[in-house]
Amino acid sequence: MSYEDFTPGAAKYSVAERSYPQANADSKLSARLEQCKKEGRAALIGYLPVGYPTVDDSIAAAIALGNNGADIIELGVPYSDPVMDGPVIQKATAEALDNGFRLDDLFRAVREITAATDAVVVVMTYWNPVLRRGVEKFAADLAQAGGAGIITPDLVPDEASAWLKASEENGLDRIFLAAISSSTERLHTVAQASSGFVYAVSVMGVTGARSSVSSAAQKLVADIRQAGVENVCVGLGVSRREHVEEIGAYADGVIVGTALVKALGESGVEGVAQLTRELAGRA
Amino acid sequence: MTENLAEQFLSQGKSLKNAPGPYFGKYGGRWMPESLMRAIDELEDTFNKAKEDPEFLDEFKRLSREYSNRPSLLTEVPRFAAHAGVRMFLKREDLNHTGSHKINNVVGQALLAQRMGKTRLIAETGAGQHGVATATAAALFGMECVVYMGEEDTERQALNVARMQLLGAKVIAVQNGSRTLKDAINEALRDWVANVETTHYLLGTAAGAHPFPAMVRYFHDAIGTETREELLERTGRLPDGVAACVGGGSNAIGIFHAFLDDKDVEIYGFEAGGDGVETNRHAATINLGRPGVLHGAMTYLMQDEDGQTIDSHSISAGLDYPGVGPEHAYLSDIGRVSYQPVTDTEAMDALRLLCQTEGIIPAIESAHALAGALRVGREWAAKDPEGAAEKIMVVCLSGRGDKDMSTALEWFGLGKAIPSSTLQTGNSEATAEAESEKK
Repeated sequence: MSYEDFTPGAAKYSVAERSYPQANADSKLSARLEQCKKEGRAALIGYLPVGYPTVDDSIAAAIALGNNGADIIELGVPYSDPVMDGPVIQKATAEALDNGFRLDDLFRAVREITAATDAVVVVMTYWNPVLRRGVEKFAADLAQAGGAGIITPDLVPDEASAWLKASEENGLDRIFLAAISSSTERLHTVAQASSGFVYAVSVMGVTGARSSVSSAAQKLVADIRQAGVENVCVGLGVSRREHVEEIGAYADGVIVGTALVKALGESGVEGVAQLTRELAGRA
Repeated sequence: MTENLAEQFLSQGKSLKNAPGPYFGKYGGRWMPESLMRAIDELEDTFNKAKEDPEFLDEFKRLSREYSNRPSLLTEVPRFAAHAGVRMFLKREDLNHTGSHKINNVVGQALLAQRMGKTRLIAETGAGQHGVATATAAALFGMECVVYMGEEDTERQALNVARMQLLGAKVIAVQNGSRTLKDAINEALRDWVANVETTHYLLGTAAGAHPFPAMVRYFHDAIGTETREELLERTGRLPDGVAACVGGGSNAIGIFHAFLDDKDVEIYGFEAGGDGVETNRHAATINLGRPGVLHGAMTYLMQDEDGQTIDSHSISAGLDYPGVGPEHAYLSDIGRVSYQPVTDTEAMDALRLLCQTEGIIPAIESAHALAGALRVGREWAAKDPEGAAEKIMVVCLSGRGDKDMSTALEWFGLGKAIPSSTLQTGNSEATAEAESEKK
């Protein structure tokens, strides 16, 4: 810590000047999204929290997700203060914590899921659990377990220097979020810092199924592409096959979360399999 | 951390004042969802311009004077201070409109919200003081107001819920997590993400993402500058110690700031020690927390090995928070401020002592500062009784205790008056008077 950090006018955000890591050459996500494009469709990305209702059940559910049509599995880490999540996911992750979820369980889950399905596994986590474990250690453990990268809902590139470095060293993708409210300048920052894909947050709000998907999403995807991003996936509010088709027409991937968590809560692993087939157009 | 870093800075003629953020040493920053970055940028920009705008400064000063009742009094409390053996002065933020220091920051931020064209204010509240202040400003400025309050806190501070409702605010009892202040902040952030176009999140403490810590300090700066000026005028010298309670730390940074560069002034922050720091039921974040990220800032945090936030505990709803403002984390690391825990019992003892020696009922939050000041005063007196009698401690009395009556009632077993029938004739003046009136 230096006194200079504390001086008026001292370095603020050096983002624009910072040189970002090269695009991730080993990106499993880019490869999978490329493959989907060749098949003429958008990727289906399914979210489930690890540890809900128990660690073993969540592993079974994620495997069902992968084996019934999801191209990418987004494994959520339960956290005590999930400010970007709506009531359904809050309740599920709180239950996971009550049932004794520990961070070590995440890496076992990633290992077992990647062994049992073809789907690419990424982790979605609030940042403090990563900081507490150590950014470098978390990244190394995740890469070793077979994970492809991290989606970071409460980490912006401005604060991510340790993660930029660790992701590059471990061949992991950095999936930052872009919002409808993001300025052009910020979209450029996100574009430069991200790899694999950029997560376009299609509504202003927290996670939760919505009956229709905001029309602002299409413009946001176009703006993100304009900023130089190749792969853009859209999330928040997607719950039905028709949303997947509608968004899939202009985005590279469609992310479904709350609807799957609800299905798991109501109908167990079979409920997840059933909904995944529907969302993938296989039902 | 090196204890003398602050001394080194000051002896080199450097200033610890007016730290602009976003970073305070390694603390602070903007660890926030992308969805809120535009709002935070806009707020920072508006604040920076307002600070340079005489019209804004005049309006802030006018409202502080004509509405909030600034400057607040500085009261010497000799009967209370005798219990430590030192001289003690209280900075009477309890006499501000709405009953605490919170109004300073609220008026400032409401003016900024108005400049940004926002029509809706949201806020979190623990003890209810910040919620009441925000509801008050919303009424004054004709804005809609929603206050998030942990369900547990709505129960222990029911009176403040009613005050907010009377002022026209909607109060939401947050039922998630520990049902206290941290969960109220989570819920307010969720609201902000969804309604950021129309809504300003009027954060009530010097914590959270930049620019909040530096901005909230700025709006509370009068607490310290008034204290410093008036004390110099009345006693001809600076105090030997300055004390405040620290939850998020807004009243504390407000009074500390003016004294940061006065190297002979000792500064003390008192955290909520709950049942005792050895019990796991406390909110002594700086003493026992580890650096981490919560609610937008890198700071000391009560967290477990997995980075999950640990629930805090305190008899005082306003100090019941597992994080702390990032500037406090920095001031602790460089050794400028000493942060110490004060237990529920120590705080309640000090609360009653102030009531019965000076006729002032403090908020339980502020009572932590009083208890800590007594402790430090006694340490001074133990070392040098004669010298201590001349030493001056200033305590920020951040709020009044009216809201805490139900807690006090339970803690002390109060509220039951003595039935007159139990009094023996001639045994008291009251009875004697009653007798004579009958005749």
